[in-house]
Amino acid sequence: MATSFTLGWIDYTIMVVYFLFVLGIGYALKRYMKSSADFLTGGKSIPAWITGLAFISTNLGALEVMGMAASGAKYGMITTHFYWIGAIPAMIFLGLFMMPFYYGSKARSVPEYLKMRFDEKTRGFNALSFAIMTIFASGISMYALAMLMETLLGWNFTLSIFISALIVLVYTYLGGLKSAIYNEVLQFFLIVIGFLPLVFLGLISIGGWEGLTKQLAEVATSHGYAAGAYTETWKPVAHAADNPMGVEWFGLVMGLGFVLSFGYWCTNFLVVQRAMAAGSMSAARKTPLIGALPKMFIPFLVIVPGMIAMALTSDPNSGFALPIKGNSYDYDKVIPMMLGYYFPTGVLGLGLTALMASFMSGMAGNVTAFNTVWTYDIYQSYISPNRSDKHYLWVGQMATIFGILVSIGAAYMARLFNNVMDFLQLIFAFINAPLFATFLLGMFWRRTTGNGAFFGLLSGTAAAAIHHGLTQPAGATSLIKGGWLGTVVHIYPSEMAQNFWTGIFAFFTCLLLTIIISLLTKQTKTKEDLVGLVYSLTPRIKDESKHWYQRPQFLAIIVGIIAVVLSIIFW
Amino acid sequence: MEIDIRLPIGFMFALLGLLLLIFGLTTEGDPELYKRSLEINVNLWSGSLMIIFGGLMLLFGLRAKRSKTK
Repeated sequence: MATSFTLGWIDYTIMVVYFLFVLGIGYALKRYMKSSADFLTGGKSIPAWITGLAFISTNLGALEVMGMAASGAKYGMITTHFYWIGAIPAMIFLGLFMMPFYYGSKARSVPEYLKMRFDEKTRGFNALSFAIMTIFASGISMYALAMLMETLLGWNFTLSIFISALIVLVYTYLGGLKSAIYNEVLQFFLIVIGFLPLVFLGLISIGGWEGLTKQLAEVATSHGYAAGAYTETWKPVAHAADNPMGVEWFGLVMGLGFVLSFGYWCTNFLVVQRAMAAGSMSAARKTPLIGALPKMFIPFLVIVPGMIAMALTSDPNSGFALPIKGNSYDYDKVIPMMLGYYFPTGVLGLGLTALMASFMSGMAGNVTAFNTVWTYDIYQSYISPNRSDKHYLWVGQMATIFGILVSIGAAYMARLFNNVMDFLQLIFAFINAPLFATFLLGMFWRRTTGNGAFFGLLSGTAAAAIHHGLTQPAGATSLIKGGWLGTVVHIYPSEMAQNFWTGIFAFFTCLLLTIIISLLTKQTKTKEDLVGLVYSLTPRIKDESKHWYQRPQFLAIIVGIIAVVLSIIFW
Repeated sequence: MEIDIRLPIGFMFALLGLLLLIFGLTTEGDPELYKRSLEINVNLWSGSLMIIFGGLMLLFGLRAKRSKTK
C-alpha cells in the first residue's frame, strides 16, 4: 500500500471551508484589537471553558498527535503515563496552587512574574531562552507539516510552508491571542470529531479492546516481555527490563510525573498564557482543571490508533504494515497511514484538515507566546521603555510578522540540518529541566533571593548538561544522545530513562543550590514587594463562585478521581 | 465577550456535517468507496454526528444571545 493518497473534491471543500472559518474568526476579532493588552493578553475576558480547551489544544499540536500515536505503536499503553501521571497532577497543582500568584500578580507573562519576584537577570534569561525556543518550535511545526504534505499529497514543500505561514500570520496578526485561543478551541473539536471514526473503525476491525489485547500479547511475548506489556500501564514498569520503553517506576514518577511534567505545565508560558487570559481569578484557576477533563481521554484518541497500527502490522493477514525505516518501523507514519487505510474520501478530508489544523495551531500558539514575551519582556524592558501603548501594540503586531518569518527560516534549517534541530532541542531541555525548582521556591519560600534563583537556575542547567554528557542510552551511536564528555559513567536502558534522570538531577541541583545561595545572599525585596507573589505573604483568596460545586477545589477532586480510576482500570 | 465562539463553531460543524451527510447519502451502497471503512458509510455517520454537535453549539449560543438582549 502506498503512503500517498488522492483526494476528491469533497476533501478539498472541507479544507477550504475550515480555513475560511479560521480566517473569518481572525477578521471578526480585528476591530476589538485596540490596545497592546487586547492583542497580546486577550484583554483578560475569556470564559474558563474556552481557555481550558485552548490550554490543552495548544499542546495538542500535530507533533504531539503524531508523536503520541508513534509512541503508542512503539511502547503501547504505557505511553498514557505522559497523560495520567505526566500531565494531570501538574495541571491540578497549577490550578490550585500556582495560578493565584500568576494571575494575582498582574504579570503579563511568566518572565514578568520572575522579574517581580526575583530580579532583572532571572527574567532576562527566561525571556530570551523562551523567545528563541518558541520560534524554533513554531518552525519545526511548519517543517513537519510541509514534509507530511509533500509525502502524502505530493504538494510542493515551499508552497506548503508559505500557505501555512500565511494563514497563521493572517489570523494571529488580525486577532492576536484571542484569535489564536478561539481557533484552538475550533481545532480541538475538529481533532476529536475527525479522529473518532479512526478509533472506532480500528477497534471494530481488530475485535475491540479484547482483540487488541490478544494481538498485542503476541507482539509482547515475541519481544520477550510479559503478555500485558503493551496493554497495561503500571505492571510493566516494575523493572526497566519489563517494558519496551526501558523505564522503571521511580524514574517515571519522579522524572516524568514530577520534574518534567511540572516543569512543562506549570512554568511554560505557552500554556500558562492561556490561563492568564481568563476573565477572572476563578476562571484562571479553573482553566487547567477544565482542560484536564478532556486531556485524560485524549490517549484513547491518539495512543490507541498507534496500538492498533502495531497490532495490524504484526498480523500478516491484515494487509496493513507500517513502513520500514532503517532497522525499525517508521513509527511517525502511524497517523497518516491509518487515515489512508480506513478513511474513504469525505472523512479523509476531515481527518487531514484536523491534522493540518493542529500543525497550524501549534505554530500560532508559539507565535502568540513569542510576541508577548518579545514585546513586554524584551522590547519594553530593554530596548525602548516608556512609549505609548499604541507603539507597543504596533511592536506586538510587527513581532508577529517577524516571528513567522524567522519560523520559516527555522523550518528550512530543519530541512537542511536535522542535527542542528536535535541539538537546539537538547539545549532547551537543559534550560527547562530545573525551572520548576525556581518557581516552587519562589512561590512558597519567601527567603529565596534573586541571586539564589538566577545562579541556582544556571547550575541546574549545567547539571543537566553534565549528566547528559556523562551518560548514554543503551546502543547510542551519536554524541547528541549523550556521553560527549568523554567518559561514560552510566548507561541507561533507554533514551527515555536518560531524559527522566537528566531532569531529576537538574531539578535537585537547582533546588539545593538556590536554597544555599539564598541563605548566603541578602534578600533585596521587601515584604511589601512580595505581597501577592509569595504564598506566606498573600492573603488567602476567597473564591467568588456561588456554589461549592463551582469551586476549583471541587473540580480538582473530580479530575483526580477520574485519573486514579483510569489508572486502576488499565493497571 | 464580544463574540460568542459557540456560534462560529456551531455554524462550521453544521455546515461541514451537512456536506458529509449529503455526500454520504449520494454514495450510499458504493462498495468500492466503503471497502476500506469495513462497509460502513462513515461519511453518513460522521456527518450526522457533526450536525448534532454543531446544532447543539448553535442552540446554546443563540439561547445565551437571546437572554442577553432581553
